[in-house]
This record gives sequence, C-alpha cells and structure tokens, in this order.
Amino acid sequence: MVRRTKRLARGVAVIGAGMSYFGAFKEKDSRDLFVEAFQETLETVQRGFDPREIEAIYVGNLSGDCFEGQAHIAPLMAEWVGLNPRPATRTEDACASSGVALREGIIAVASGLYDIVLVSGVEVMNKLSTAQVTDTLAAAADALYEVPVGATFPSLYAQIATAHMAKYGTTEEQFMKIGIKNHANGALNPKAHFNVSIRDVMNSRIAKAKERGGPIPSWTDEIEFLKDPSANPVVAWPMKLFDCSPITDGAACAILVAEEIARNFTDTLIHIIGTGQASDAQSLHGREDITSLKAAKLAAEQAYEMAGVTPKDIQLAEVHDCFTIAEVLATEDLGFFKPGQGSKAAEEGGTARDGGKPINTSGGLKAKGHPVGATGVGQVVEIWEQMSGHAGPRQVPGVTLALSHNVGASGSTVTVHIFERR
Amino acid sequence: MEEKEFTAASFYRLLDHKKLMGSRCKRCEGLFLPPRPFCGQCLGGEMEWFQFSGRGKLVSYSVVRVGTTSYEAKGYSRDNPYCWGVVQLDEGSRISALLLGADPSRPDSIKIEQPVEVVFPDKGAEEGERNPITFRFT
Repeated sequence: MVRRTKRLARGVAVIGAGMSYFGAFKEKDSRDLFVEAFQETLETVQRGFDPREIEAIYVGNLSGDCFEGQAHIAPLMAEWVGLNPRPATRTEDACASSGVALREGIIAVASGLYDIVLVSGVEVMNKLSTAQVTDTLAAAADALYEVPVGATFPSLYAQIATAHMAKYGTTEEQFMKIGIKNHANGALNPKAHFNVSIRDVMNSRIAKAKERGGPIPSWTDEIEFLKDPSANPVVAWPMKLFDCSPITDGAACAILVAEEIARNFTDTLIHIIGTGQASDAQSLHGREDITSLKAAKLAAEQAYEMAGVTPKDIQLAEVHDCFTIAEVLATEDLGFFKPGQGSKAAEEGGTARDGGKPINTSGGLKAKGHPVGATGVGQVVEIWEQMSGHAGPRQVPGVTLALSHNVGASGSTVTVHIFERR
Repeated sequence: MEEKEFTAASFYRLLDHKKLMGSRCKRCEGLFLPPRPFCGQCLGGEMEWFQFSGRGKLVSYSVVRVGTTSYEAKGYSRDNPYCWGVVQLDEGSRISALLLGADPSRPDSIKIEQPVEVVFPDKGAEEGERNPITFRFT
C-alpha cells in the first residue's frame, strides 16, 4: 500500500461564522437556536452573502433523538433557515459530531462537488433532567461493557485522570487551575453559558450567605473555594463539579467556500490548511494506554502534515475540555507540551490569554458551554472571531495560525483542524 | 464449550456460570476480553474461547457520586457512591469492572497497580438484566 501525504484537491476557506447564545433555555428548541446561529453567521460575511448560494448543509448533532425526541434533524434545520431542497446531512460522532460536519464540508468543497456549503452543529440538552442527560451521554460509551459497570462521562474522564495522576503526579489543584483559567476567559465572552469567573461565583455565594445571615464561608481565594466540597462537590472522583463542562443548549454555523471564490465575499480570508480525523476503541479498556488519546495524536499528525506546520507554530487553540483533565491531555496530545507537562504549563500560566500558547480563549467547553453536537463548529466561531479581530476584550493580537481539537466520547473520535489567516 | 458464538450474550451467560471468558485468534494468538468474533489484530483467523484466571491489577478508577439512573435505582447515591475501574488481566487484555472493597470516603487510598480479582455473581441475572463484571481488591 502506497502511503502518500494527504492533501485537499483544492483550497477551502471560512468566510463567516456565528453562534447562538450558549446556555440553558427552557423556551427554546434546536430550530430556534439554529436560526440564531445562522442569522449571525450571515452578518459576519464582510461583503454580504445571499444564503441561497449555499449548496449543501452539514449538521452535527449527537442525540436530538433522546434529548428532544427529534431525529433526522438536518433537513429540519435546513427547512427552518429556508435551505430546502438542498442536501442536508446529519453527522454523529458523539461530542465530535460537528468537528466531523466541518471536515465533511471541507471534503465536499475540496472535491469540487460544491463551491459553498454550510457546516453547523446544534444540541438542546436541557429538556431532560440531569439524570436523563447522564444516561443519554453514557450511550456514547460502550453500552455492553462500560455502561453496565456504572460508567458515566465524568467517571470515564476520571479514569483518565487517576491514570494520569499516577503516571505523572498531576494534581487535583492543577485541574482546578484549568477551570479557573477557562472561567476567566468565559467571563469575557458574552455568549458563554458561564459568563462569570470563579472568583465572582465565590464572591456572590459569600454575598448571599451574608444576606441570609447564615455562617459566612471563609474562602479567601478560588482554590479554597474549589477545595470546599460544599461549594465544589465530587461528581466522579477526582472530577468535581467545577471540573465538568455544563449541560448546554446551543448552535453554531460556519460558511465554507472554495478558496478561488473566497475574495468575492470577504477580505478576511481564513484558510483551512489542515484537517485530520482518527478513531480508537470505543471503550477505555480497549486501549493500551489511557494517559493520552491516540486518536488525537493521529488526527493532529495528519493535520500538521497537511498544513506543513508544527505544534510550535500554532498561536492559539480551541481544545476539547469537556473535563479539566481533557484539556491537559489535549495540550499534550497536540504536541504543545511534553507528556505529563500539560498541567504544569497551565499552572504556570502558559495557556492563559496572555501566555505563550493561549488555550480556550472562548472559555472552552467548561465556561462557554458544551452543547455536545454544536461544540466542534462552536470552536471555529472563536477562531473566526480571534483571527478576524472580533474577539473584543478577549482578543489575542495578531493570530494568523490557529487550531481546533474536537473529541467524541472518551476519545474514540477526534478531529483536528488548522486555520491560517492570510 | 456449549456457547458457540463470541457475543455479549454468551459472555454474560458464562460469567453467571463463574467463568471469565474471552476469545483468542488461532492464527495470531490475539487475545480479546470481552470476546470478539473477528480478530481485530490480524483481521482474519478463526477464534477460540479462552478462559482468564480473573486475576489482574488496577489501571484506573473513579468513585462515582452521580451515577447512571440504573445505579441510582440500585440505591447508589451521592452519600453511597460506587467505584468502577479498568483492570489489566494477568494474561493480557483489559476490562472495565465494578470494584468492591474500596473505601469511597478515601479515594486517594486506592492505588493504581493494586492487585484485583474477579468476583462472580451469586446468582444468574434476571430476564433482560445482566450481572455487571465485578472485581475486588485482594
């Protein structure tokens, strides 16, 4: 078998991207959030854009079936934004569903079949109780051999955490610092589910205790707050409430076009220069090592090779921090830091907005929120805003090379994409 | 071996009969727990049943305080957590298992690489149910 460097048959660029507010919305369904994301996306195209030019639509969605009783969501989303009768395809690879939608859209444009496609993701999770959400998500693990022993997603990532702690000495406090960093970024993102820092959460709880006249908590900083089990209870040790991304409703869209026509729409050209995707055993026990995600390493390798860049060149990344341990793994698997060094780098501020490698400037899944099927394209929205200079108070100056990393389940699907502003 | 097919149905029935059974490829000797009907290692070959001793060591674990609805229905809760982990079998191959004998109030007292052994179910599972794969610290 001849192995050749994989490349796209023609270049693909993002000309606009947008998202709905992320949060818990009692009175909104997926179609409503999708319309919000779509409308914002159209507005981001510099020279204006006639949506009738879209030729096909890809929608990432994990389980409209269980979350909303709504399967076959792609033609429905197309209908709600007036895009029938164009082909509308749903992609499902757990929490990487829209990372895969993005990749399928790229492949479709690169193939020459279409010049303009919409890639997107949507998920509405808050119609169910927390227990029902836990079960629905657990279905993305191995239903025959993991779920029967009591596996939940927090406890799957907790397995990865205990293995990582034993191998490298990673600590619970280091996980907390990642949560603090991502909330600090989320506080600057008006669309974030948790548009608030952990310091502010702590202060508002203290203020409430004073108001009630009850005992006033003695926390003096975020770490003390996070170490208090009454404020930050264990979900699945060592993962605590503030290590876990929230249950979020939201939608995100991006318009991809063939590079040769991109200048008709905008001068803000964001080229997709690398794409990678890999799979791995569905179960953790099916893998030889769980202190890293092999599929992430392989997807990253493909994307770097196609783009002709190295991890050192990447100036900003949106990574899949469904749990704080997942961000540690991501920054190691992507080659930003050596194995075992990811948590230390974060602790020292290396992944903060003003650090050497800003990670999750959007607030990440932790603070921006994790509407599972919308997350992969949601990451593209942050990269779009950062690269086009629309990130407001969280703007990192001069980003010309950025990366997104989207994980399905406990690592059985991973997509990695590399974006270049020219 | 009365079980012909390398399926989850066979695996769980054998577990109820106090046997921890995987499959092995006759061609490349690739070992699979749980059993598989097709060798994912050499992509061919004929499979045979392979009995594991049920002894191994701990790869990872978690103490779960917010469980699945079926575990909550069994009485587990924030105040009565359960523990599950990934086990590496002495013969090779890994499996996820419910873990007995841990002190859930001191999760950091559980050590990776601690020896563990299988605990077989007391009785067969009810119709439509499955006894979970269970190990305990030795």
